[in-house]
Amino acid sequence: MKQFAELVNILGTSTKTNDKLDALSAYFATANDKDKVWVIAIFSGRRPKRAVNSTQLWTWCNELVGLPDWLFEESYHVVGDLAETIALLLPETSSAAASHPLHYYLETLISIEKESETIRKQFIVSSWQAMTQIERFVFNKLITGGFRIGVSQKTMVNALAKTINLDASVIAHRISGNWDPLTTSFSDLLSEHSLSTDYSKPYPFYLAYALEDELTALGEPHEWQAEWKWDGIRGELIKRNNELFVWSRGEELMTEKFPEYFLLKDILPNGVVLDGEIIPSINGTPLPFALLQTRIGRKNVTKKNLQETPITFFAYDLLEYNGNDIRESMLTERRILLEKIVGETKHPALVLSPVINFNTWDELTNLRMQSRNMGSEGIMLKRKKSTYQVGRKRGDWWKWKIDPLVIDAVMIYAQKGHGRRSNLYTDYTFAVKDGDKLVSFTKAYSGLTDKEFAEVDSFVKRNAIEKFGPVRTVKPELVFEIAFEGIAASNRHKSGVALRFPRINRWRKDKKPDEINTLDDLKQMLEQYGK
Amino acid sequence: MPLIEFSDKGLYCRAGGFYIDPWKPVDKAVITHAHSDHARFGSNNYLCHRYTLPLLQLRLGNNNYQAVEWEEKIFINDVQVSLHPAGHMIGSSQIRIEYKGEVWVASGDYKTEDDGISGKFEPVSCHSFITESTFGLPIYNWKPQHEIFQNIQDWITKTHEEGKAAVLIGYSMGKAQRLMQCVSMICNNIYVHGAIWNVHDTLLKAGIALPDVKPVTNQVQKDAYKNSVIIAPSGADSSPWIKRFTPYNVGVCSGWMQVRGNVRRYNADAGFALSDHADWKGLLEAIKATGAQKVFVTHGFQSAFSRYLNEIGITSAEVKTEYGDELGTEEVVINNE
Repeated sequence: MKQFAELVNILGTSTKTNDKLDALSAYFATANDKDKVWVIAIFSGRRPKRAVNSTQLWTWCNELVGLPDWLFEESYHVVGDLAETIALLLPETSSAAASHPLHYYLETLISIEKESETIRKQFIVSSWQAMTQIERFVFNKLITGGFRIGVSQKTMVNALAKTINLDASVIAHRISGNWDPLTTSFSDLLSEHSLSTDYSKPYPFYLAYALEDELTALGEPHEWQAEWKWDGIRGELIKRNNELFVWSRGEELMTEKFPEYFLLKDILPNGVVLDGEIIPSINGTPLPFALLQTRIGRKNVTKKNLQETPITFFAYDLLEYNGNDIRESMLTERRILLEKIVGETKHPALVLSPVINFNTWDELTNLRMQSRNMGSEGIMLKRKKSTYQVGRKRGDWWKWKIDPLVIDAVMIYAQKGHGRRSNLYTDYTFAVKDGDKLVSFTKAYSGLTDKEFAEVDSFVKRNAIEKFGPVRTVKPELVFEIAFEGIAASNRHKSGVALRFPRINRWRKDKKPDEINTLDDLKQMLEQYGK
Repeated sequence: MPLIEFSDKGLYCRAGGFYIDPWKPVDKAVITHAHSDHARFGSNNYLCHRYTLPLLQLRLGNNNYQAVEWEEKIFINDVQVSLHPAGHMIGSSQIRIEYKGEVWVASGDYKTEDDGISGKFEPVSCHSFITESTFGLPIYNWKPQHEIFQNIQDWITKTHEEGKAAVLIGYSMGKAQRLMQCVSMICNNIYVHGAIWNVHDTLLKAGIALPDVKPVTNQVQKDAYKNSVIIAPSGADSSPWIKRFTPYNVGVCSGWMQVRGNVRRYNADAGFALSDHADWKGLLEAIKATGAQKVFVTHGFQSAFSRYLNEIGITSAEVKTEYGDELGTEEVVINNE
């Protein structure tokens, strides 16, 4: 655990990507193979299930420390991270007890999952007692999850590539999909062999950057293919060996969640992989993202769900045909095959994402204005000659989103943030006017600079009116422009609306609280865009 | 009427007619230590420890000062006043006040670990104790100084191996002098920011022994910073001043670095939880050692700390003051060379 804890420490504090890369490749060059497999798993989002929950960790820590609950809570709000709070509160170990290797802890956590609470508690507490503060932090983090320490999967893959002399895109493919760190060895995971035995294995997604320059900088319009950009879940639909698999971009296997796709198993030809959007739609018209959310995470899908929110797959690319990887062929060639497959399938769950016809950039610019009416969030631009690349790359694919919706609102509640914003008021709730009342309608956590956050933090500390646990009611004085991608009706919110991806666009220091938007303005937006 | 009142100008002793660390100008001010949030401009008379005097003269210029030794008893009106080491920085003192058999102690800022240069904190028994609570939560427990020094030294060595200069950030009064002790054990090429140089020069003239350091000036050739350690106050690291050391790594030394989020927010290459304030255990030990029947908790986590004291049977109340915390209150004059 010591070596991994040191790695996490370096990754967590270093401010340069190259230092992180060096630390990771040094780790891969020296750590034992079992630990390496787990590190790949952890940094690609394959954390073991929670063997114990946060409340149990909290309780057991408090039993050891003997502090009142409220003081623990107070400490937690200052630290902003449960794993770290516990690591800081536990007394330093006096004995020089050495901890076990990383894989020991992860494997034991899995093995005790179904054991009694006493056994689980004993394991956790004795593990703590054999660890230094930083090891405890990492151990707790493995249990509670959310290992966000500024290392992307890409950085991890690049570090692996440096150590084992394989191309990064090859590694990204081999470590994708359905494998279990408990039973997979390091050499098996990275061997070619893994591709031929795992039929479910998806290809790494090709991701686009946001368009930065003028359209004319892209060259001639006829070199480009334009498509609507859908707001669903990016996914891959795979049929191999007469089995169907649906992967999300987060590399979660979602086949079972959407029964709509089951029939495709019998209709689709064998040996195909389609890239597209998992999205609810009726007659080819997408439904708002809020409706998709009602389907995600739902274990039992009712008939009503299937009727009101039918999930479809908007296909826009083909990565495998007849069992052959065709990612190196041109987009136009792949598109012809894709249209053929979708055309022959003739099933309402599989929709061909249309190509937008245009002759000039001006024409496309005008078409983009219709995005919201099309139920899309903008336009995708793909070079017709482009191959299907791995990860986020510049040059051949661009996303060109429409401008967000905006509304001016006043901050009414503030709460301390987490991670690098711990002990700083950075999580805010905003309200619009409704007559002389204020109605809260959204929270937003991002969009200000560190300097602005510091300024708002100091305002909150000076202008807090009431305290509800960690939440402060503040004088409604600061006005912000809130940007969001979509709006939907919601009976869970007082305001009656739920926003899609709200964030702070800018601080309107030029506006006073009585100049903000009203609840009627929001309702009008709902009428216009949310139906 | 209590012996010390918490007025809008500061801690006020009516019987003696003086204030302790007032934040507004008064006639008579007793000063615990020379940090800017405790020693402010504009009062008519200042009483402080002998080591604090030159620092006050540096910061506040010429005024009516009276300097005393630790334990020296003096009377202001009929109130007996004496200063006792607080261990926070050079000259830092707790103020003991005795009047008609009643004893109060105002701690100012303090730490219980002996750092070798600030004087060893001395528990003073009293009826009422006024304590700070900058780090009054149980997540703040410091490692012993020698361990943190070791961490800092290892980091310096590693930074030099990478061919970079090591820049350490800490208060110019107190932390900087402590860091000099730490750094001089492994490196004799130490530079300091102008603000620290002024303090350094003042302390040397006052007869306090400190390691050899050089000021950062425009005359110094860039090459000279290679393999050196630079000590600078907070604020300096976000100004153009620091660019001359490129390539360099920045290590921030403050109790706030105990929490990872702060290190990340500060965007430092390293954070060292080296504090001049008492940690959680230190605060509790110090308070118990005074035997005080009533404890007033000032600047820091006063409401949580005071509530905890009450729960463990020590009568306590929180008091609002205008003293700052460990980072952020220092007036740093950038580019003052």
